[in-house]
Amino acid sequence: MVNLGWSNMALLEIKNLHARVENKEILKGFSLTINEGEIHAIMGPNGSGKSTLANVLSGREGYEITEGSVTYMGKDLLEMDPEVRAQEGVFLAFQYPVELPGVVGSYFLRTALNAVREHRGLPALKLKEFDELLKQKAKLLQLDESLLKRSVNEGFSGGEKKRNEIFQMALLNPNLCLLDETDSGLDIDALQIVSQGVNTLKKEDPKKSFLVITHYQRLLNYIVPDHVHVMVNGKIVKSGGKELALELEKQGYSIFRENENRA
Amino acid sequence: MSSDTAILDDFTNRQYKYGFVSNVEAESAPPGLNEDIIRFISAKKNEPEWLLDWRLKAYKKWLEMEEPEWAFINYPPIDYQSTIYYSAPKKKAEKKSLEEVDPELLKTYEKLGIPLNEQKALAGVAVDAVFDSVSVVTTYKKQLEEHGIIFCSFSEAVQNHPELIKKYLGSVVPYTDNFFATLNSAVFTDGSFVYIPPGVRCPLELSTYFRINAQNTGQFERTLIVADKGSYVSYMEGCTAPMRDENQLHAAVVELVALEGAQIKYSTIQNWYPGDKEGKGGIYNFVTKRGICAEANAKISWTQVETGSAITWKYPSCILKGDNSVGEFYSVALTNNRQQADTGTKMIHIGKNTKSTIVSKGISAGEGQNAYRGMVKMMKSADGARNFSQCDSMLIGDKCGAHTFPYIEVMNPTGKVEHEASTSKIGEDQIFYCNQRGIPTEDAVSMLVHGFCKEIFKELPMEFAVEARQLLAVSLEGSVG
Repeated sequence: MVNLGWSNMALLEIKNLHARVENKEILKGFSLTINEGEIHAIMGPNGSGKSTLANVLSGREGYEITEGSVTYMGKDLLEMDPEVRAQEGVFLAFQYPVELPGVVGSYFLRTALNAVREHRGLPALKLKEFDELLKQKAKLLQLDESLLKRSVNEGFSGGEKKRNEIFQMALLNPNLCLLDETDSGLDIDALQIVSQGVNTLKKEDPKKSFLVITHYQRLLNYIVPDHVHVMVNGKIVKSGGKELALELEKQGYSIFRENENRA
Repeated sequence: MSSDTAILDDFTNRQYKYGFVSNVEAESAPPGLNEDIIRFISAKKNEPEWLLDWRLKAYKKWLEMEEPEWAFINYPPIDYQSTIYYSAPKKKAEKKSLEEVDPELLKTYEKLGIPLNEQKALAGVAVDAVFDSVSVVTTYKKQLEEHGIIFCSFSEAVQNHPELIKKYLGSVVPYTDNFFATLNSAVFTDGSFVYIPPGVRCPLELSTYFRINAQNTGQFERTLIVADKGSYVSYMEGCTAPMRDENQLHAAVVELVALEGAQIKYSTIQNWYPGDKEGKGGIYNFVTKRGICAEANAKISWTQVETGSAITWKYPSCILKGDNSVGEFYSVALTNNRQQADTGTKMIHIGKNTKSTIVSKGISAGEGQNAYRGMVKMMKSADGARNFSQCDSMLIGDKCGAHTFPYIEVMNPTGKVEHEASTSKIGEDQIFYCNQRGIPTEDAVSMLVHGFCKEIFKELPMEFAVEARQLLAVSLEGSVG
C-alpha cells in the first residue's frame, strides 16, 4: 500500500454522483464510501449503471458528470487524467480487456510499472529487477509466463484475459481495485482461479480495497465481500452484508424494480 | 472527448529538431535550368566528355517529358526555372582529410548526430556525408581500400574509376526512365559510389548522410552500388534538411547492381523536413530507386523508414533477372499533419524460381494521406516465381487516409502471388486500456505504432533501428486522441 500523504479518511468517497452519456442520465445520485481494506460488491440488473460507474471512476471518455463528487485519498478523483488515477493506485480490471497487437506483455507491463513508479517518486526498475518481480508475481498467481511473451491479450482465451488482468493488478500494486464483471464469460474453473488470485493479493496486503461489480452472486462465493450493495436505475437501493447477495439470488432484482419508474 | 483532442493537437505541434540552417559560405549556380547550367555543373566537376553528353541527352529527353500526375498526391506546379541546381560549400576545394573540411560543416554533422571524426564515429560504420550538392567527407576509406572496396563520392568515382561508372551508370535506371530520374540524370551533382569486389563481405556498414542546407536548392544525388560476384554489403542512407517556408525538391536516383550470388541490403531513414502543421514548406521527395539482381542467386533487400518530407513519391524496386534471385521490400511510411506519401515497390520477376517479399506498413495521422502502390510482375520466363505481399495500414485519428493500389501481372502459369492487406485504427479503447495502467496517451500511441512496425524494424541494422524508433516517436508527437 502506498501512502501519498493521506490518512484518517475514507479511501474512496462517492457523493450524490450524477453522470450522463449523450444526454441520457445513467448515474442518478450514486453514493458510496469505501474504507481501507474493505471489499464491496455491487450487484444489479443489466442497465442499472454498474459498468458506467467503473468507467466514470477510471476516467474513460464520453461521460459527463453533472453533479456530485468523488474523493479518493482526500483528492478530487474526477479532476485527474485516467493515467494519473492509475498512477495514484486506482486499478480497473476490465470486463472486456482489449488486444494490443504487437505490444509484448512484459514490455507493456514494464512501461506501465515504471510510469506508476515515476509518479510515486521511485526510480525505474532495471530490466533484471523487473524480470525477477515478474517471475515472482507469476509464481504467486500461478500464471503461465509464456503469456507475457505474447502480444497483450492477443489470441488469449476469455479465462487467460481475465487472469492477465489480475496479474497486472498484482504487479502494479494498486490501493483500490475495481473489478468490472470479472466473472462474465468465465467457466467455473476459470472463475475459481481468478478469485484465488484476488484472494491471494488481499492476503498479501490486507489494506487493499476492492469494488467488485457483478451481475451474478456466484463470484461472491469465492470473493467474500464485507458489504453488498444493490444498484438499480443509477443508484444504490439497498445495502447489507454478504447475506444480501444470497437473498438476491433467491428473489432476483424484481422486488427492487417495483419501486422504480423505469423508462 | 476534449482531453484527447487536446493531446492530439499537442502532438501536431512537434518541433522538427534538424531544422537549423548552417552558416556555410556556398558557391551556387544561378537559378534555372538550361544547357549552360549543365555544362557548368559538368565543368565544375571536371567530367569527361561522355558524361557531359549523357547529361545533355537526358536534358533533351526531359524537355519532351511531362510531369507524371498519376500518383495519389497533390502539390502546386513546381517552377523548375527558379530552382538552383548546384550549390557547394566554398572552402572545400580538394578535400583530402578531415582537417581540411570547413569546421562549420563538421559542426553541422555533429549537431545531426553524425560524427565524422573517425575516432568518435560509431564502430563499424563508414560515412559519406553529402552537403547540398557535394560530398564533404568519407570516413574509413583506408580500411575499406584494404579489402579492395571502393566507397567514395560519385564525383571522385568519375575521376578515379571512370570505367566502372561508364559501365553501370544508367544500367538500371536509364536516363529516359521517368520525368524525375531524367531530370536527375541531367543535373545530378554528387552522391555515393560503392564497389564491392568478388567474394568480399564488406566489414563495415556503409552509410551516406544527405543534408540540404542552401535555400531554393534542389538536391539531385545519384547513388550507384555494384556488388560483384559473391559479395555482400549493407548500406544505410539518412537525410535531413532545415526548416524553410518554401518547398524544396529532392529528386535522387539510386541504382543497385548485384551480380551472381551477391547481396545488397539497402536501408533508408528518410527524415527530410516535412513542412509545418499547415503544410507550409517541406521537401518534395521524388526519388527513383531500383536494383537489379543481374545474375543467379543474387539478393537485394530494401528497407525504408519514411517519416519526413512534405511529399514522398518513391518505389524502390527489384528486377529479378538472375535465376533464384530474391527481392525484398520492407517499408514503414508515416504521414502526419499535411504530409502525403505515395510509396511502394515493383518486383519484376524475369528469372526462374525468383522470389520476392513485400511488407509495407503505412501509418497515417493528423491529416496525412498514405498510399501504398505496389506492382508484382511475373514475366513469361519466370517459371516457379513466388511473391508474398503484405500491406497493413494504421490510422490515427479520423482526418487521415490510407489507400492501397496493388498491381499484379502474371504471365507465367507457374507463378504464385499471395497478397494480404489489413487496415486498423488505434482505438480509443486501446489507448484507454494503456492509460488505465498508468501509461500516458503519447507513450501508448508510440507503443502501439512500434508494435505495428516491429517486423520492419528488425530488418534494420542495429544503429538504425534505434534511430528509427526514436524518429517515429518524434514524428508522432501530438498526433492522437
